[in-house]
Amino acid sequence: MHVPDGFLDAPTSIATGVVAAGGVALALRGARRELDDRTAPMAGLVATFVFAGQMVNFPVGAGTSGHLLGGALAAVLVGPWTALLCVSTVLLVQALLMADGGITALGTNITLLGIVAVAVSWLVFRGIRMLLPDRLGVVAPAAAVAALVSVPVAAFVFSLLFAVGGNAPVAFDKVLTAMVSWHLVIGLGEALITGLVVGSVVAVRPDLVHGARSALRRRPLEIRQPAKTGEPA
Amino acid sequence: MSVPKLSGRAFFVAFLFAALLVAGVASFYASSHPDGLEHVAEKTGFLDTAKDSPTAASPMADYATSGVEDERLSGGVAGVAGSLIVLLLAGGLFWVLRRREPGPDA
Repeated sequence: MHVPDGFLDAPTSIATGVVAAGGVALALRGARRELDDRTAPMAGLVATFVFAGQMVNFPVGAGTSGHLLGGALAAVLVGPWTALLCVSTVLLVQALLMADGGITALGTNITLLGIVAVAVSWLVFRGIRMLLPDRLGVVAPAAAVAALVSVPVAAFVFSLLFAVGGNAPVAFDKVLTAMVSWHLVIGLGEALITGLVVGSVVAVRPDLVHGARSALRRRPLEIRQPAKTGEPA
Repeated sequence: MSVPKLSGRAFFVAFLFAALLVAGVASFYASSHPDGLEHVAEKTGFLDTAKDSPTAASPMADYATSGVEDERLSGGVAGVAGSLIVLLLAGGLFWVLRRREPGPDA
């Protein structure tokens, strides 16, 4: 869903640029709480995996394709603030080196694929985790549902931006209906990939999954006290 | 847990290998159809407002390495190079941002 230069007018692009800069600035502060000696390398690899995953377009029918956005994947694996930085780094490299996504549209892309996708994913993920028992087995399915929701919501927000600052006079409802319905289908692919990848990491290293932390903490701890001399243990 | 745990190093190596395999090899088999946004833009009539990126002439524009004839190799090199650049940038940023002491739940 990389927006090229030209789709949105200058005022809208400047506005999304300001939103993106604000989001990244907040994330630079928030990510400090999520990153330590073990999770920092993990987060670098998650960004790398998101870049790689975005290269593989899968067909969704009628001559159309979609690819992983990675907002949900990154948010569940490394936390939402770090996830925004992961996606932003990927978008920056794509715009500067791969000509994928425009330069004046970089703020729009960080806003849609970064801020919106990550925020929606994290809210949905946290909501499901609160409703269901706090178990490791819930993490991957919850991530998949979060991924499924995040893609059409990002498409919805694009439609709003296009209604405000689109450079072509196309009816809002036409764009909205087409964007949301196509991205609902693409969201199924997003959900499948996110569920598989998160599930694999949870299986081998649940301690490296940000969204699984509470489930690991809740495991009963065995409390041992040193037996005092003279008293039965 | 019944699943054998991978050591940190083994896990990170496996994860990086998986990413490079996706970017360097699997990407060749990606669908070349327009993506959802492009498709909608074409159908609803705003695709022609798109402008070429100012970086369209870069050596790895559109995930093809300039000067490499073979399509598979050209895309694979761009994918692997792009992945490593992301790893360097993001990994470096996160290494700088990280808490120096292990956290309460580490």
